[in-house]
Amino acid sequence: MLTDHTGSGGMFALFTHQGEILDAAAKARDKKFERWDVFTPYPIHGMDDAMGLGRSWIPWVTFTAAMVGLCSALALQIGTMTIDWPMNIGGKPFLPWPSFMPITFELTVLIGGLTTVAVMFLAGGLPNLRPKIVHPQITTDKFALYISADDPQFDAVATREFLESLDPLTVEEVRFDR
Amino acid sequence: MATITKQGELTGRSTYIDGEGPLGGPRIQREALTTGGKTYAQVDEDILYHTEHFPTKLWWLAFAISATVAGVFVTSAALLFTTGMGTQGINSPVGWGVDIINFVFWIGIGHAGTLISAILYLFRQTWRTAIARSAEAMTIFAVATAGTFPLIHVGRVWFAYWLIPIPNGRGPLWVNFNSPLAWDVFAISTYGTISIVFWYVGLVPDLAIVRDRAKNKWRKLIYGILSLGWRGSNRHWRHYESTYLMLAGLSTPLVFSVHTIVSFDFATSILPGWHATIFPPYFVIGAIFSGFGMVLTLSIILRKVFHLEDYITVNHIESMTKIVMLTGMLVGFAYSTEFFMAWYSGSEFEGFAFMNRAFGPYWWSYAIMFSCNAFIPQLFWFKKIRRNLYVVFVISLFVNLGMWFERYVIIVTSLHRDFLPGSWGMYTMKPIDWAITLGSFGWFMSMFLLFARALPTISNFEVKMALPPDEGAGKVYKGGGHHAD
Repeated sequence: MLTDHTGSGGMFALFTHQGEILDAAAKARDKKFERWDVFTPYPIHGMDDAMGLGRSWIPWVTFTAAMVGLCSALALQIGTMTIDWPMNIGGKPFLPWPSFMPITFELTVLIGGLTTVAVMFLAGGLPNLRPKIVHPQITTDKFALYISADDPQFDAVATREFLESLDPLTVEEVRFDR
Repeated sequence: MATITKQGELTGRSTYIDGEGPLGGPRIQREALTTGGKTYAQVDEDILYHTEHFPTKLWWLAFAISATVAGVFVTSAALLFTTGMGTQGINSPVGWGVDIINFVFWIGIGHAGTLISAILYLFRQTWRTAIARSAEAMTIFAVATAGTFPLIHVGRVWFAYWLIPIPNGRGPLWVNFNSPLAWDVFAISTYGTISIVFWYVGLVPDLAIVRDRAKNKWRKLIYGILSLGWRGSNRHWRHYESTYLMLAGLSTPLVFSVHTIVSFDFATSILPGWHATIFPPYFVIGAIFSGFGMVLTLSIILRKVFHLEDYITVNHIESMTKIVMLTGMLVGFAYSTEFFMAWYSGSEFEGFAFMNRAFGPYWWSYAIMFSCNAFIPQLFWFKKIRRNLYVVFVISLFVNLGMWFERYVIIVTSLHRDFLPGSWGMYTMKPIDWAITLGSFGWFMSMFLLFARALPTISNFEVKMALPPDEGAGKVYKGGGHHAD
């Protein structure tokens, strides 16, 4: 299962500039926290490196699903037109592979695309009707560095000191009661 | 980058900064995408205003007109379903009439949306951010409009599910996968589905903004469900951006495939005027051309009615006019190539088909098509015209008109005089043909207006990404910047 990096609550520092959050994230990465996250109104270029996250594995999902789509399209067409009920249509062969290409392509794209999107949402724990919203202004114009209280290094005093050393707008605590 | 506060200060020209570029040459800097020196919070205020407030009188007026025209569409479709195909003008030899014309027209309109959201994304054209959302919405509504026409054309719509290869009690008798009409079913449904998914993926972070700003309990609930619980975590953004790239990569060949397959409906036949290998590229270019015409029409109205001039600037309009001009030239080239091939092939029937197109009884439709598509957009060679929104708006209407007539010319003039003069005939549109054609515009506009009312018409988070960070945050960052390494 995927790790829940937000946990039952924690502490966050709020910033107003993307440069600040990039610096802050890099410092948190160097502190080697395990359960922490960065919340931003838009994806920031360089943030994956600043957080020490590698490349997303999504392209592998797309490739695998697209291959499944390709094979199922061929199976559908060959299964119906060649195996189940071969028919003479204008003297064409019973396995007219050029005729099969358009639908093979379309189903490759369809299944590849739909699976990629579904896996992307599920990987982020979505859909979630009661999301753990750290701060309501994150989607608008604030950037948050969040450290979960479930992190083994978390310490109410030391973590607050660390967050305040980053010169944020505020440092606040949150709890998510379910 | 200097902040441009007024629309009038935009020139549409890049600045050259000497010595900053690669190998000591100049660095070319485009003008700001957003004017008015907006902060991130202002972006949300401006774009979400119409989602969060009761619609204006202008919106109600536009919606009332569109909904009435959409009523004409629904009524005439109901008449066609209940009374039958005999009410339409189609007959032997012109068995494909207004239904197929409108189908190809509306599918073509959709192509610009996918081009903007996928191909311009892959080419890193950041100006797409301002128009991508509304263009994608346009795609979905255009495909939804287009999809109704084949259903009308099959005559007995209650048997339309026979188009899908499902096990059945007739053998099972499967669909014929050699037929381009079966390919069409898969192409159009894939295109519609992927367009909706692409659009929705882009919407999720913006719906979360509406949810977080909502003070009304119901709005918070509805947009909370629609946004799926998006929180802006970078651990999600990482996969999100990768997904968007994958979708763009999948959609790019999809755009080309859809109109290619539509063109196969014609090109795989043996009819003079249809039986041509040029059809796939010719149809795809025509689709992009007509789609951008429609995007121009809608964007010019949208920016004015919803006060989005700072986001959809005159520079955006100018960029689109350049694409219209280029694709207009390409369709003109395709028309000329068809003529050349008709002569060069030495085929008597092919030669006659094209002489009949240009000088036969339907010469007027050919004249409308050629002048609206190949000649009028050439006015965009002049920068003054590209930046004059009134002229651009009128030209965009001509593009739409011309492209409707292109499909009219291809279908009607080829069918009405094929090989034997004994089987020739004429095609006239009956009242119900006019009603369903004009009604489809109301149907399309009603859906677009509802979208513009209920959802963010511009991608907020992408506009924020494209803003200079200091401008968006409203302060200058003096940090170490060690993240840059």
